[in-house]
Amino acid sequence: MTQNGKVRVATVWLSGCSGCHMSFLDMDERLLDLAQKITLVYSPIADIKEFPKDVAVTLIEGAVANDEQKATLEKVRTRTKLLISLGDCAVTGNVTALRNAWPNSDQAVLERAYADTSNLNAQIPDEVPKLLSVARPLHEVVKVDYYIPGCPPNADLIHYVLSELLAGRQPVMEGRSKYG
Amino acid sequence: MSVGTVKLKIDGVEATVLEGTMILQAAKENGIIIPTLCNLDGLTPYGGCRMCLVEISGSPKLFPACITPVSSGMEVTTNSDKLKEYRKMVIQMLLAERTHICSVCVANEHCELQAMANQLGVDHVMFERNFSQAELDSTHDFLVIDRNRCILCTRCIRVCDQIEGVHTLDLKLRGKDSEVIMDLDEDWAKACSCTSCRKCAKVCPVGAIYIEGEHFERTKNRGIAEFIIQRRMRK
Repeated sequence: MTQNGKVRVATVWLSGCSGCHMSFLDMDERLLDLAQKITLVYSPIADIKEFPKDVAVTLIEGAVANDEQKATLEKVRTRTKLLISLGDCAVTGNVTALRNAWPNSDQAVLERAYADTSNLNAQIPDEVPKLLSVARPLHEVVKVDYYIPGCPPNADLIHYVLSELLAGRQPVMEGRSKYG
Repeated sequence: MSVGTVKLKIDGVEATVLEGTMILQAAKENGIIIPTLCNLDGLTPYGGCRMCLVEISGSPKLFPACITPVSSGMEVTTNSDKLKEYRKMVIQMLLAERTHICSVCVANEHCELQAMANQLGVDHVMFERNFSQAELDSTHDFLVIDRNRCILCTRCIRVCDQIEGVHTLDLKLRGKDSEVIMDLDEDWAKACSCTSCRKCAKVCPVGAIYIEGEHFERTKNRGIAEFIIQRRMRK
């Protein structure tokens, strides 16, 4: 869980807009202090192909919308001690889950995006990961330890939660968390 | 005949209020704020949202403070771990019942449901969310209702009936299928009793009723019912 005295932290990007990762980077100069205490072992902002073992904390952005993401999430869960839902898509499904209201939404969104709105050679791609029937928040698929809501979550809130966990304390979300 | 007074204890503090006062009001008069959602000053209490549940010693039940009158010797607890858990659960059930997606809602940052969730630290919903497909009615010139965001607090119905006095709005069906309707379930544009007074939009705690093209925070006015009542009494 630690490496050269630093806590092994990872971030993962599922069905989201990357805004949560932007917010992560918005911690600005505080990242320098964090870098003294953590080492980033996997992230969309670091070019590492395989999710490593023995990760202490993983922040996950985005909802679970396709079978590849579901498999990724399940693998991450077995390899990380604390899993944190980062942002509204991971916490509630958010915009990604708006399609859930329609029957057969997995097929319906593809038809809307690739067939209805195309006027030339309309075809639905089949090489990409298969959409799940509904997009789900992370905790409906695996056990989640902490939640940081927000669209995007505030950088201060991300910093607060990480700092508390690094100090061995429980973050208190009452009056701090913010949807939307 | 003068109205009698009642002595009771709220959170251990001795309080004396007029007979017939509801616990919510009695607490407020003594500086204790109980969280509410469906309640609004100037409208009759409804007891629908269950946010204001309180404990009364001697009873295993929880009571909605907005519609439970005080009685002599009553000992009320308005804030305990148990109540906090119940209130968090109420918020989660409201969030799970329909499509509440803050990031794409007109009420984002000005929503009482969102504010309450944040205040209580409801950082996720333990129930599986229902994504409703209720009808959105934008037939009116400027008033819009998106029933998918409605929490069935009935503030709009009560303000329409009790303050504007026309009762255009009402509820149809039961339980989670309930929907706010206009007249005999007409399109809003065809609801001839509607005076387009906008009070329903002003008191809606969420983004269910809003005014097209107007800044949401300009529309909202939680004090409108009480304000009108005060002015009417002045003459």
